[in-house]
Amino acid sequence: MLDLKREAADGRAQSGPEREAQPLVVKGLSHSFGERQALREVSFELNRGDRTMLLGLNGAGKTTLFSLITRLYNHRSGSIRIFGWEIKQKPSEALARLGVVFQQPTLDLELSVAQNLYYHAALHGLPRREAGVRLRREIERVGLTDRLREHARTLSGGQRRRVEIARALIHRPRLLLLDEPTVGLDVASRQFLLDHVRMLCREEGLAALWATHLIDEVDPAARVIVLHKGQVLAEGPVPEVIRRANASSMREAFDNLTGERGE
Amino acid sequence: MKAVHYYRCLRGIIWREALRFLNQRGRFLAALVRPLVWLLIFATGFRFVLGVSIIPPYQTYIPYQVYIAPGLIGMIIMFQGMQSSLSMVWDRETGSMRTLLVSPLPRWYLLVSKLIAAVIVSVLQAYVFLGIAYFWGVHPPRLGYLTVLPALILAGMMLAALGLFLSSVIRQLENFAGVMNFVIFPMFFASSALYPLWTVQQANERLYQICMANPFTHAVELIRFALYEKFSLESFAVVAGSLFVFMVLAVLGYDPGRGLIARRGGTE
Repeated sequence: MLDLKREAADGRAQSGPEREAQPLVVKGLSHSFGERQALREVSFELNRGDRTMLLGLNGAGKTTLFSLITRLYNHRSGSIRIFGWEIKQKPSEALARLGVVFQQPTLDLELSVAQNLYYHAALHGLPRREAGVRLRREIERVGLTDRLREHARTLSGGQRRRVEIARALIHRPRLLLLDEPTVGLDVASRQFLLDHVRMLCREEGLAALWATHLIDEVDPAARVIVLHKGQVLAEGPVPEVIRRANASSMREAFDNLTGERGE
Repeated sequence: MKAVHYYRCLRGIIWREALRFLNQRGRFLAALVRPLVWLLIFATGFRFVLGVSIIPPYQTYIPYQVYIAPGLIGMIIMFQGMQSSLSMVWDRETGSMRTLLVSPLPRWYLLVSKLIAAVIVSVLQAYVFLGIAYFWGVHPPRLGYLTVLPALILAGMMLAALGLFLSSVIRQLENFAGVMNFVIFPMFFASSALYPLWTVQQANERLYQICMANPFTHAVELIRFALYEKFSLESFAVVAGSLFVFMVLAVLGYDPGRGLIARRGGTE
């Protein structure tokens, strides 16, 4: 796993589906819970370096989509490929290349920041020494080096989120999923996260899928997928989506597309 | 995924459990208070009410506290098993279960690792209990402290697997109180933990059969025999069989394709 990941990180050619595969390809994905259809024929793609905002109101199907991509449960129709690996058939290969920041807080508050990060590294099979080097680097990038030894409980909400981003990157995934990561955060923390992910995509070629219901978070430099009632209504670079919707702003585009008023 | 990744993952999960355990020494002590109350108070009160005749594995008449000690060890590991299941439900709600489940290692392996970590804690508790019980007249043979170890591990695995399975079925935390009432207490009382089953048999044949079918009875008997350097094949077979069944059910419960999470939509 490690070798594969290093090669992927270096962008070197290798055998298997990885070579020219896109970070994420979702095709014809439908899912329902009993009678309720949560996703309908959802298709989209993420390329290297893409920062894609998944925009939708609460209940649009964002969390279901994330649960399927992270394989909390299996999809029944359609396909999800992470760097060419179908998540249902090759969950190990797919999950090893995926970093996730969940909507709910997932740090163990009983443990210190460093212990939380070591635990995550162990779950990915990283040796401890290597984990130590990587977690120091990641925690430094989110500016929390001086908090490493402290209990996660003593951190503010924004700091916890930053630790969660650092954690999601320890196993060096090339695809990062963030499920409404800014919920409940103050303006500064929110801006920090947006900037950090922007930097990761631009400078390291990471592909990121960022779910949000806040139109403000969708900036013109990003790509956007508008998800509404389980269906993709529009996908593409933000200016293009606005133009196609005959609108002058993302907010107007969203309203035109969905026939509802967004936040 | 190579063997070394599996090893590191298991080590990490045990390490986390150990840290949590060290950080929550209060919880560890609290878990010991319950069986000690039974041993120090209940057993003393009933000392002369319940005569215990000579039944295997004992070779002489024994005081009541000696009889119930293995049952109370069973209680410790059952509560610990359920507690770890509670922490799984809790984990699932707070989402740290999800960080576990996005590990690239197979899900069954993650669950088994979680189970092993829980068992290590409950075995430690059982030994602390035995240490205290020594001063209360519970003196098993010295070698018994060693022979009881595999029994503790197996029984602990079985009860933790039951807890794991229940955690995949129970959705909300408040339902855990229901587990206490509908699983833990009936299993504890309908077993040989507090009284020899022949006394039950004399009173009620149907209840006796229920007690005999209760895997917890066999967990207790396996521990009781092992503590006195004896081996009960019947109890071993029932405990090992139950472990297998509960583990399969737990893995199915957490299976992304079939499990209850899949049907209900997980933590949304």
